[in-house]
Amino acid sequence: MRLTPTSIQELQALVRETSCLLPRAGGSKFALSTRVDGITAVDVSGISGVIEYEPGEFTITTLAGTPISEVDSLLEDHGQYLPFDPPLVERGATLGGTVAAGLSGPGRYHYGGVRDFLLGVRYVDSAGNLVRGGGKVVKNAAGFDIPKLMVGSLGSLGVLVELTFKVLPRPEMCATLRLDFEALEDALQAQYKLFPSPMDIDALDLELSNTSPILWVRLAGFAAVLPARLVKLKELMGGGDVFKGTDEELIWRRARDMEWVPEGWSLVKVPLTPGRILTLDGALVQTYGEQGVIRRYSCGGQLAWLALSGSLHLLDDLLNEQSLSGLVLFGRPGESRMGVSDGVSFYRRIKKALDPNNRFAEM
Amino acid sequence: MKTNDIIAALKQFYPPDRLLTQAAQLIAYESDALTAYRCRPLAVVIPEDQDEVIATVRLCDRLRVPFVARGSGTSLSGGSLPVEGGILIALNRLKRILRLDPQERIAIVEPGVVNLDVSTAASPYGLYFAPDPSSQPICTIGGNLAFNSGGAHCLKYGMTSNHILGIKAVLPDGEVVRLGGESVEGVGPDLVGLYVGSEGQFGIALEITLRLLPKPEVFRTVLAAYPSLEAAGNAVSQVVAAGLLPGALEIMDRLAIEAAEAAVDANYPPDVAAVLIVELDGEANQVGQEFHRLMVVIENSGAQEIRIAQDDEDRQRIWKGRKSAFSAVGRLSPDFLVQDGVVPRGRLGSALAVIEKYAAASGLRVANVFHAGDGNLHPLILYDGREHGALARAEELAGKILDMCIRYEGSITGEHGIGMEKREFLPIMFTATDIDTFQAIRHAVDPLELSNPGKVFLGDWDAPQRYSGPQPRERAERLQ
Repeated sequence: MRLTPTSIQELQALVRETSCLLPRAGGSKFALSTRVDGITAVDVSGISGVIEYEPGEFTITTLAGTPISEVDSLLEDHGQYLPFDPPLVERGATLGGTVAAGLSGPGRYHYGGVRDFLLGVRYVDSAGNLVRGGGKVVKNAAGFDIPKLMVGSLGSLGVLVELTFKVLPRPEMCATLRLDFEALEDALQAQYKLFPSPMDIDALDLELSNTSPILWVRLAGFAAVLPARLVKLKELMGGGDVFKGTDEELIWRRARDMEWVPEGWSLVKVPLTPGRILTLDGALVQTYGEQGVIRRYSCGGQLAWLALSGSLHLLDDLLNEQSLSGLVLFGRPGESRMGVSDGVSFYRRIKKALDPNNRFAEM
Repeated sequence: MKTNDIIAALKQFYPPDRLLTQAAQLIAYESDALTAYRCRPLAVVIPEDQDEVIATVRLCDRLRVPFVARGSGTSLSGGSLPVEGGILIALNRLKRILRLDPQERIAIVEPGVVNLDVSTAASPYGLYFAPDPSSQPICTIGGNLAFNSGGAHCLKYGMTSNHILGIKAVLPDGEVVRLGGESVEGVGPDLVGLYVGSEGQFGIALEITLRLLPKPEVFRTVLAAYPSLEAAGNAVSQVVAAGLLPGALEIMDRLAIEAAEAAVDANYPPDVAAVLIVELDGEANQVGQEFHRLMVVIENSGAQEIRIAQDDEDRQRIWKGRKSAFSAVGRLSPDFLVQDGVVPRGRLGSALAVIEKYAAASGLRVANVFHAGDGNLHPLILYDGREHGALARAEELAGKILDMCIRYEGSITGEHGIGMEKREFLPIMFTATDIDTFQAIRHAVDPLELSNPGKVFLGDWDAPQRYSGPQPRERAERLQ
């Protein structure tokens, strides 16, 4: 049987005859999408294309295998964007994979993550039926929120085929302030200074890679007032270097596409709160050494991106000790989740109800 | 299980003042804000802490007694309507803010905490809780969570779901679970997202972790009056087409304006067909620029009169008129049904014309209030329940409006939920397979269908008696 369906009907037929199925498309998160023993990988990148885009409605509906790069340029042509700032775009990430992995980029700081912008889904369930949840309008409270359930489900509950997102007007211009610190504590204090301020910050990332900590603060908005806002920001933060134009774009593209992760290293996402950064960072450096782990505390400390050269077993222990969870994007296939999990028994109930015959691979 | 046995079992947990079983005590709980339905529960219990809620749910599970959780009873879809023979769990005394952490910008609250009280508590730190349903001075966070409440600021800030990070809940079979945490990010399926908006069918949330946002530096609120609803609707399209993202975009029609004027003296322009309220919020520099662009659009939109709020008092007055609209309509009519359909924004004008046509044909008055930025309509259908057949006519009109929303590829509810009211329309909006999936999830969480049964889905309980006649207060007075 062909494991590369090009239509929803073909995919439905395939699901009915397969077990332990794992959908994949762009392959940009290879630890999550690579076949391991006993798993049937199904390539859904043929189920691709924009179905409906009405700029005036702030909504776009696409098939799940659509590459984000394609959607990005379409939205840009109409002065709009996906505010959750999907990562790994240049590596070929698709919208379906981004939803299934539950990933958002540094821009999620301003308006929210992928869960906040996914309005509706259609997916193939374990019986091969097409199921819809949510809707195509920006506001909808009818039925259980299946779209959110699908965010982060890693293909374990169904194969996504169609997605509707809310989009927003794209900011006219961006600028970024770079602040260098001697110690992590100082950088964290600077972040705390920003949190309660009424400045509309677009992205806020703290980078620790073999150098002293760097805090990147991005502003986005109207070109006419950006200089005045930068002055205000610099006053608040006590200085910093300003980046604009292409250089500025590259800073964030590098962050979003994980270009900073050295070849062959693992990449793990760890949800976090700012108050826990110091303890986590100390333990990471102690375990892996300053040279063995690159840390990027993104979205104002709401998540860590960790690049590691060594074994992930030690990280698993460390996350368990600190009651944190992790998702492996780059690394050895078949070991996607680490650390603690929330709501396991609740998830088991849902999994049993939606996939009683284990058609879909476990997370 | 006999009634007396159930009450005897409840007496082990509750003193007499927190276990209500007498008719005069129960009347107050017979309805929520959808007064067309009423149902008297077997008993109302008033727990004071989480353990009592858990014990009550476990008792209901053991005795196979259905239960309904209720906060302030502001549901407009009948979501907290009691079940015959069931227990109503009033959560109003679980009203502690357990933790407010301004540095991490979160609040952990019990379900009975009033929405506005969260923002009040966070205010000294320059923070607030963004979801603002019109009932925010009285509605509770537990109810907001159960129905994924919206409000006037959803286009920019999202619904309740976008602001809940973690939930500790007791499931209908008594298991206590913790979903999510304190981060906006997670790993694994978004179980918090699934739980929010489950309309009380997944048990009872006991502790809710909320995300707080920094208060916007400035607001600019503009009120524009139009000679027709269509002109106001077109202005909305123009604002959106200009690439602006206002915090709120609201429209009220003539009847709604009249009601608001009579109720709260909002000082809206007299004798106009529609007012549009646009509010910009955020950083001062940004908003200044946005305001400039907005005014260019508004000044060219055919407005008869434009008012700009000069200070916070002005702004509050404008909002008071808008937020009191539902209750204000009570002055125009003894009874009304509030609708909550959604249409694509671009079809607002057409949808309003259709509603007008349907209303004229039915001989009923309809006041329109809506979140125009979201395409979320709130037609208020006015009727007099004492008049024979009036409720049926109002419901027929409501049904036609919902059918239109589905036809326009919108939704039958933007923020009020399906509840009791829109059960018949769920199978029109969704296929049988979709609904089987909802039911499969529900039964995985609540196999015995004990938690808020009879809502959302048709068929598992008979519809309680729809009620037409004197108002609850009138009846309570008679009983006394």
